[in-house]
This record gives sequence, C-alpha cells and structure tokens, in this order.
Amino acid sequence: MSEKAEASTAERVWLSLGFLAAFAAGAYAESLGFFAFAKNNPGDIWYLFKEHCYLVGVSSGIAICIGVPTGIFLTRGYMRRYRDVILNLLGVLQTVPSLAVVAIAMTYVGIGKTPAIVALVVYGLLPIIRNSVAGLAGVDPVLLDAGRGMGMTPAQLLFRIEIPNALYIILTGIRTSTVINVGTAALSFLVGGGGLGDLIFTGIALVDPAYMLAGAVPTAGLAIFINWAFGQVEKLIVSPGLTYD
Amino acid sequence: MIELERVTKIFPGSEIPAVDSVSLTVPNGEICILIGSSGCGKTTLMRMMNRLEPITSGTIKIDGENILQKDVIDLRRHVGYAIQQIGLFPHMTVYENIATVPKLLGWDKKRIDERVDELLELVKMPAETFRGRYPRELSGGQAQRIGVLRSMATDPPLMLMDEPFGAIDPINRETLQDEFLKIQAKLKKTIVFVTHDIHEAIKMGDKVALLDAGRLIQYGTPEELLTYPKNQFVKDFVGADRSLKRLDLLKVKDAMLTDPVHCHADQSSEKVLEQMLSDGLNYLLVLDEEDRIKGYVNVDMLRGHKGVVGDVVHPMTITVGPDQNLKDALSKMLSFDLGIVVAVDDDEKVQGILNTRTMVSVVGETYDERGGHWGKITTGGKII
Repeated sequence: MSEKAEASTAERVWLSLGFLAAFAAGAYAESLGFFAFAKNNPGDIWYLFKEHCYLVGVSSGIAICIGVPTGIFLTRGYMRRYRDVILNLLGVLQTVPSLAVVAIAMTYVGIGKTPAIVALVVYGLLPIIRNSVAGLAGVDPVLLDAGRGMGMTPAQLLFRIEIPNALYIILTGIRTSTVINVGTAALSFLVGGGGLGDLIFTGIALVDPAYMLAGAVPTAGLAIFINWAFGQVEKLIVSPGLTYD
Repeated sequence: MIELERVTKIFPGSEIPAVDSVSLTVPNGEICILIGSSGCGKTTLMRMMNRLEPITSGTIKIDGENILQKDVIDLRRHVGYAIQQIGLFPHMTVYENIATVPKLLGWDKKRIDERVDELLELVKMPAETFRGRYPRELSGGQAQRIGVLRSMATDPPLMLMDEPFGAIDPINRETLQDEFLKIQAKLKKTIVFVTHDIHEAIKMGDKVALLDAGRLIQYGTPEELLTYPKNQFVKDFVGADRSLKRLDLLKVKDAMLTDPVHCHADQSSEKVLEQMLSDGLNYLLVLDEEDRIKGYVNVDMLRGHKGVVGDVVHPMTITVGPDQNLKDALSKMLSFDLGIVVAVDDDEKVQGILNTRTMVSVVGETYDERGGHWGKITTGGKII
C-alpha cells in the first residue's frame, strides 16, 4: 500500500516537472515565433507531416518485412554458424552515418522518395534483425525440446513456441528501429524525398528558429507517439505469461 | 511393448558409444526405470525411443513396429513425453499447455475442455482455479504435475519420462510419486522412466535397468537388483543399505508367518498355562471366537489365575496391515516390547505375525547363501 503511494508521489513529481518543462519550452518557442508560424501555415506543416509519416511507414514496413524473416532465417539450424558473421557485418554497416547512407542511396537510385525509402530501410534493418536473432536464440532450448518431443513440426515450433516467446524482444527491435527512423527520415529532404526535414533544413538555411521548430516539434511528437503506440501493442500481443507486473 | 535390440548410439565426433548395444524389453503396462549415474546414457537411450536422438545402430520396436518406419512427427504425438526441467510453455496458460498435443491431433474444443478438466481433477487441482493460470503463477510441485498431465493429455499408451519429479523438494516428490503410482495403477501405461535416484527406482519401477558407460549392467525387478546384484558395481550402486531398502519393497503379507500359535479368550487359564510351559512359550496370542485379535498373555499373568484367559489378556494396540511395507512393520515392532507385530486385516482378523527372526531372514545378507527364503519359513509352533 505505502509502496503504491510512494510510486504515485514520484509520478506526480515527474508529471509536474514535465508540465513545467513543456511550459518553459512552449514559452521559449513562442518567443522564437514558432506558434505564429504554425498558426499561419497549418496546411504546409500537415502536408509535410503526412509525407513524413508515409516515408516512415513505408520504410519501416519494408524493414520489418525483411528484418524479421531474416532474423528467423539466421536462427535456423543450418544458418546458425553464419549468424555471428552476418550480425557483425551488419553492425559494421550500421556505423556508416545515416547521412552517408542517404547519399549512397541517391547515387544508385536517383532522387525522390525512392532513394529516401531505400536508405531508411537499410538503416532500419539492423536493430530488427539483431533483436529477432537475439529473441529467437534466447528461447529456452528446453521449450523446444518439449515441443519437439510432443510432435511439433518445425513450423509449429516456430509459430507456436519460438515467436510468441521471442515476441517481446522482436517488438523492442522494431520499436527502436521505427523511432530512429522517424529522426532519420528528416534527411529525406536532402534527396528530394520531402517530409518534415523540409522545414528543418530550410529553417537551418534561413537561420529561422520558427521554421526549424515547425519541423522539429512534429518530428519529436511523432517519435514519442510511435514509441507509446508500440508500448500499447506490446501489452496487447505479448502473452501475459511472459510479463511481470 | 517396447523392444530394444542392440541399440547403439555414437555421437558424431565421439569414439566411445554413449549407448552401447542395449537390448531390453518393456512389457505393456509396466514402469521400466532407466537408472545410472550422470553420463551413463540413460537419457540418450530414452530419447532414442521417440527419435529425438537418431539411432546409430540397432532397432527399437513399439508394439512390434520398428520406429524408424513410422512418421517421426506422428510417432512423437502418440508417445507421451515429460522432462525434468518440465518445459511448460510460459506464454501459454495451464489449459493451453495441457491442450498442446490434443490440438496438434485436431481434437475439437469440447473434447479438449473435458479432457483438461478431467486431468486437473486427477491431481486434485481445481480446474476453475488453474485452467487460466500461467506457469509463472504455479508452485514447483504444481508445475511438475501440469508437466506430467501435459504428457498424458491424449492418453498415450506409452510414455517417456525423464526425471519428471527431479526438480522438486523431497517431500513434494514423495507425494507426487504416490499420486503417480495411484494413477498408474488405474491407467496401466507402459512407461520408460529415467532417474538417478535409486530410492525412486525401487519405489516406482516394475523393472529397473541399471546402465553404466552406455552398457546395460543389469535388468530386472527392483527386488532382483537388491537381492541378487550381478556384480560389485550393482552392489555399490544400490548401496550398502540395500538390505534395508528391501524393507521398503516387501509387503507384510510377503514375509509374515501365517497361522501363528494362539489360544482363544474363552479357554481356561490353567490349561493354557500348562500348554505354554510344556511348549516353552513365554507369550501367547489371544484371539476371540472369530479369530480377531484380543491381545496376548504371558506366563506370569496366567500363573495362579483361575478362570478364562480373556480375563487377564493384555490388549495389543499396535498392529499392521498385510499391505503395509516391512519398513513400517519394523518400526512398529521396535516400539513394542515383545519384538513381534501382528498383521490383521480390516476386520481385525489375524492374518499372520512378524517377529525379529523373520525380519532378519528377510533382510539378511546371508539368507540367500544359506539357501533359506523368507517365504519358506513356517511357523512350526515355536516362533514366539
């Protein structure tokens, strides 16, 4: 009982601090002319926001569709010996700065949304693959033995035992990747992909904080929202037997 | 029935066989214990029976059919499998765990529901309470029960169990073993049971197969292993106290002397005393007219007494049942100053008697060398 009361006290402190920070940030943004700008150009911001969402949605969608199956593939018996090599290779690739990836994509695919999406997919893959591998490899071998001993086929083992038990870790990888993706997608502007990067980079070029914030605040908001949304999805689809309250 | 013929397992990259040409037959409805110290190949041998380990050479037949000729998935679905680490699926409820194999076999929901409830009933875990629980919400003993239930969900005639009661404290293990034996007495499954615990083997096994370094050293009933250990290894394995272990194994009715000398409560004290003195008896059992135990008398009680024996009889409160084991009987005998214990049935009718001499001959290391056997000792009228 007292523990709960303490927790709620702590929560209240953090909440008030958050409000204070938000208020201070709002006041500061106001002084930079952010709200006036947003009020005058809601259509532009909304359009770019939708574009941004499109870039993130498509690229993360593709990254998930490639990343999770790759992770599954790398944990199958015959591939296990190559697993670490491939993961290390991907790790090295991840150290290439995102800006460079965007630039490289442009040299191969030209300009527009396509190079932006290609770059975002490539950049978003590693966390998904790595977590899928970690999640699946971390499933207790005893469970697999029990499943096999009861006559499950390899596919049944994968879908009924392995994935449900690895789901939490796989989802964490997807969440990390997507949230990073929201930030990286701002770079799409540089290859003509559009998105909120348009406002940010224009703002930087014009040294206009109102412009910059008009791009940065929705981007941050989107990232926070996606993070929260994935938290809700986790609660919904990860078995209660695997979580501790 | 499972028949193993020269079954051998050599792991890739190893020179020494993990299982070396083991041949044995497990008859239907019996529990066959595979026992040995760790690394002796007992688990490997068991895992070959549902082809979790490939067989290097030799054949395993289940009900006359070579398991290599069966579909491996189908084979495993029809052989119960329980393991030491339990391996309950943490993301599934108790219900879903038990329902695993029925679902694989495509049972309809109603049939599964009924079966799950029936199984939970079997181990006295209320279905309403436990059906929806997750494994992390179960105690160790409950989890092991569910693990065993899961392996018998489809009522498979053959079950493989790898130390199914291994991960549990001794008191709970005892309870589970008793429960399991009770269930087995009803269901009469053919069970291959791996353990390293000789007590468990003696208690649970109809047959015990002792393995060492992949070889089958001795295969027989627990009693055979204890009584006629084939060599020093078996002797060491079953333990120096193997004589005492036999007490666990034997029932009172196996060892008791039937038809002990006695008198009836309505006989005259003087006559009985005379008889006792002439036969050199110190004590005598007293029965009533329906052969129920009344108690006992000794010479001092009867001396000078006029009347019937029933008036002076000393009641006998400590008795055993014919189905109790000899360990309990010995314990009762030791708490009783006559050095005997009387076996009575549920109606208190005297079935027989155990004394220190019969006990010694049952447990004695030397009795087989003497050629004597507890079953052959007869009352002869002078045992008290």
